[in-house]
Amino acid sequence: MSLGLSPEEWTAVRLSLEVATRSVAVSLVPAVAMAWVLARTRVPGRTLLDALVHLPLVVPPVVVGWALLMLFGIRGPIGAPLHDWFGIRLVFTTNGAALATAVMSFPLIVRAVRLGLEHVDTGLEAAARTLGAGPLDRFVTVTLPLMSPGILAGAVTAFAAGLGEFGAVITFASNIPGETQTLPLAIYSATQTPGGEAMAARLAAISFALAVAGLLLAELLARRMGRWLGRG
Amino acid sequence: MLEVALRHRFEASAWRAARRDDGFALDLAFASPEAGVTALFGPSGCGKSTVLSAVAGLLRPQQGRVVLGGEVLLDTARGVMVAPEKRRCATVFQDARLFPHLSVATNLRYGLRRAPRDATGPGFEEVVGLLGIDHLLHRRPAGLSGGERQRVALGRALLARPRLLLMDEPLASLDAGRRAEVLPFLTRLRHAARLPILYVTHALDEVDALADRLVLLQAGRVLAEGSVETLSLRTDLPLAARRDAGAVLACTVLGHDPARGLTRLGFAGGELTLPLRDEPVGSDARLRIRARDVAVATERPRGLSTQNLLPAQVTGIGDAPSPHETFVRLAIGPATLLARLTRDSVARLGLVPGQAVWAVIKAVTFDRSGSPS
Repeated sequence: MSLGLSPEEWTAVRLSLEVATRSVAVSLVPAVAMAWVLARTRVPGRTLLDALVHLPLVVPPVVVGWALLMLFGIRGPIGAPLHDWFGIRLVFTTNGAALATAVMSFPLIVRAVRLGLEHVDTGLEAAARTLGAGPLDRFVTVTLPLMSPGILAGAVTAFAAGLGEFGAVITFASNIPGETQTLPLAIYSATQTPGGEAMAARLAAISFALAVAGLLLAELLARRMGRWLGRG
Repeated sequence: MLEVALRHRFEASAWRAARRDDGFALDLAFASPEAGVTALFGPSGCGKSTVLSAVAGLLRPQQGRVVLGGEVLLDTARGVMVAPEKRRCATVFQDARLFPHLSVATNLRYGLRRAPRDATGPGFEEVVGLLGIDHLLHRRPAGLSGGERQRVALGRALLARPRLLLMDEPLASLDAGRRAEVLPFLTRLRHAARLPILYVTHALDEVDALADRLVLLQAGRVLAEGSVETLSLRTDLPLAARRDAGAVLACTVLGHDPARGLTRLGFAGGELTLPLRDEPVGSDARLRIRARDVAVATERPRGLSTQNLLPAQVTGIGDAPSPHETFVRLAIGPATLLARLTRDSVARLGLVPGQAVWAVIKAVTFDRSGSPS
């Protein structure tokens, strides 16, 4: 089952999946919390927070990568203590690529989760309250299940987008084969190499297939969940 | 014992302006007894649902005090506000609000699993049997009819073992057929529950069928409170202007005569004959005798089709909402009836207080629910 791909090309595919998975794993819980704050609370500065969350959608990815480099570089205000105290280095690593991807896809998850949350009837939560369910209990037994289609949609979209994140990854994590060279970076390198056209085409086809599979999976899961929630 | 005192002002806003003309103030107090149904009755927008929300704890009034069985649930003066989940005031909403991702059985057990261990109340099987929902237990709420959903919601609230059951127009979103389906279950539940129930409605037939006490609300204030029987005789209340105004009598089913298609009901002042009903002999039934359905004769009429001829005494003649009509108050033993007559009839018969007359009530004017049909 080599699909005509070389081991190096398989590494890029595997790395892409790994980076996308890690990025979703890292950003999902904060995204749900952020969606909650934006949809349900009236904290001062909420509008500013909303704008800040959406920044990666409008700022050039390279600028996001650069900002991460400034913050998380081993001389940066966050990167230095991470490196000096815990021995964690993010720049030029797979985890760094995942972080850059997570920051880029964060607004996508927040938007989807928020949409899901706004669809949850607060009347159901009120009913749960009068039946004796406290805040955490209500969230786990009523709100979370009912907003799960939004969470799922956000996670799948972020995963699919994360497979193809380019600018932020190459700026923050560089283009290191086997470490940070994900699919789009590998395609870019192939196009820059004389005679790499065939490799670029193969990787592009894989990218395309993964994106379509992701969309189909999302649709299938959404339908399942709709039925489960009695909306079918 | 439930004591409620609330003061709340909704400020005028664009959102509210679309619904009401301007800001809306609530300023009321009432108390309801240990057990039984207290109905909050009034037109839409009189604040009755707001009162329920404040008792449940879902709304925090600007000023207020809610005491249930000696425990202070809310006292704004002392800064006490018990969280709704700790109040044990289970609520049945107009829209059933069943959890769509849970089965009917899990919905029913939602409150039960969160009730304190020492809380007592009817058990799962009993409630399921009472509401006739055993065949629905494995279904999802989306597959239920409106009436079935509301029955499940009633069961869910009752199984939470509440100290107070709150019902916010539980039948208002149902069509006439579904209402008739659910109302008997409510009556049964009311007898099984043995706890105070606060019931918000704008349907008089629900009051007649369920309520022990009535709190009449208008524009955020209590207009009158008392037993349904007592308030039904007050001709000074807006209730008297309704087509279905009339005395409510507490009756007992004395017997059925299926051959003649009749049922006999006993009340404090005598007996009434009605078209055949299906309640068992000995059970309590409450009857609203609409004032417009009562005629008065100064002599015992003969050759009349009417089933009910009751010897009565005129005890008062009062104003009716229309200038050409009056309410005549009739004492039948210890019971009182109202008759709505034209001023002309009163003058023609020369009715005066103290006079002995006959009250004439057609049997077919009593329909099942007591509502105008």
